[in-house]
Amino acid sequence: MLYSLCFLLFMIGLYCVLVKKNMIKIVVGILLMEYAVNLFLVMLGWRKVADGAVAPIAAGGDLLDKAGTVSQLFVSRAVDPLPQALVLTSIVIGLGSLALMVAICIRTYEKYGTFDITRIRRLKG
Amino acid sequence: MEIFYILMVLMLIAGIIAVETKDLLSSVICVGAVGFSSAVMYLFLKAPDIALTQTVVEVLGLVILIRATISREKSFISGDREFFAVVVSVVVLFLIFMAGIGIFQNMAPFGDAAFVRIADSASQVYLKQGVKDTGATNIVTAVYLDYRAYDTLGEATVLFTSVIGAIAILRKKSRKLLSEGDSQ
Repeated sequence: MLYSLCFLLFMIGLYCVLVKKNMIKIVVGILLMEYAVNLFLVMLGWRKVADGAVAPIAAGGDLLDKAGTVSQLFVSRAVDPLPQALVLTSIVIGLGSLALMVAICIRTYEKYGTFDITRIRRLKG
Repeated sequence: MEIFYILMVLMLIAGIIAVETKDLLSSVICVGAVGFSSAVMYLFLKAPDIALTQTVVEVLGLVILIRATISREKSFISGDREFFAVVVSVVVLFLIFMAGIGIFQNMAPFGDAAFVRIADSASQVYLKQGVKDTGATNIVTAVYLDYRAYDTLGEATVLFTSVIGAIAILRKKSRKLLSEGDSQ
């Protein structure tokens, strides 16, 4: 059910990209899709444990000795660290692509005076 | 569990407003609402590192987006594409959504993570060996900066490449004047 709601958010973003004519709206749609995918990947790693899941950070009592042996309780309660690390990468890359998209939008506006993609017709090299 | 549904519905409402409002500035601010709600959701999903990153990135992204929309003469927009194109895309999107629902019904329910069932999956190994191998008590950091450090290197490459692209696009005048011509 929660996965489906997340997919609905992705679909709203895709609808925005396909239907809207304004360039900023298209950027907004791409952002919405990005949020939905990131959230979905992190959701895949969450697990339901009786006394509550913990973040994958071995704090205090979870460390048994100096060598770094972690307690079995920590392993059985921590959520998946792998999607979190990869989504961290994805979020930062999202910022870079957003900066590039907005730069293209600003230059297009300066050249044509509009954000409307149907009125940007005079394509020149 | 309920908090996930509340936040998800909040994100959906903000997303719909962001898509449908006529004012570009309101649209951008609603996207900010979606992003910050997802940051809160990451906190409840036990991902504090992502919540921090998402908050910082969201602030920067909003500043960039508001820079693009503010003080534009035509910040209001009019109309969608032709009626027929809208209907076709909505029908196709509905079909894709139905197919997606079918997939999600066959998946394990929310909270039943797949890595738990596989004894020697990568995530299990990271959780068990992470502190011993890397010395970092935060396993996410251990994966991010040690096990998969090449991934982080690639990420930095992509980030700086996109920044170079943005600077090249926004540059006012070219380094060489047009009158000088090409010198082969």
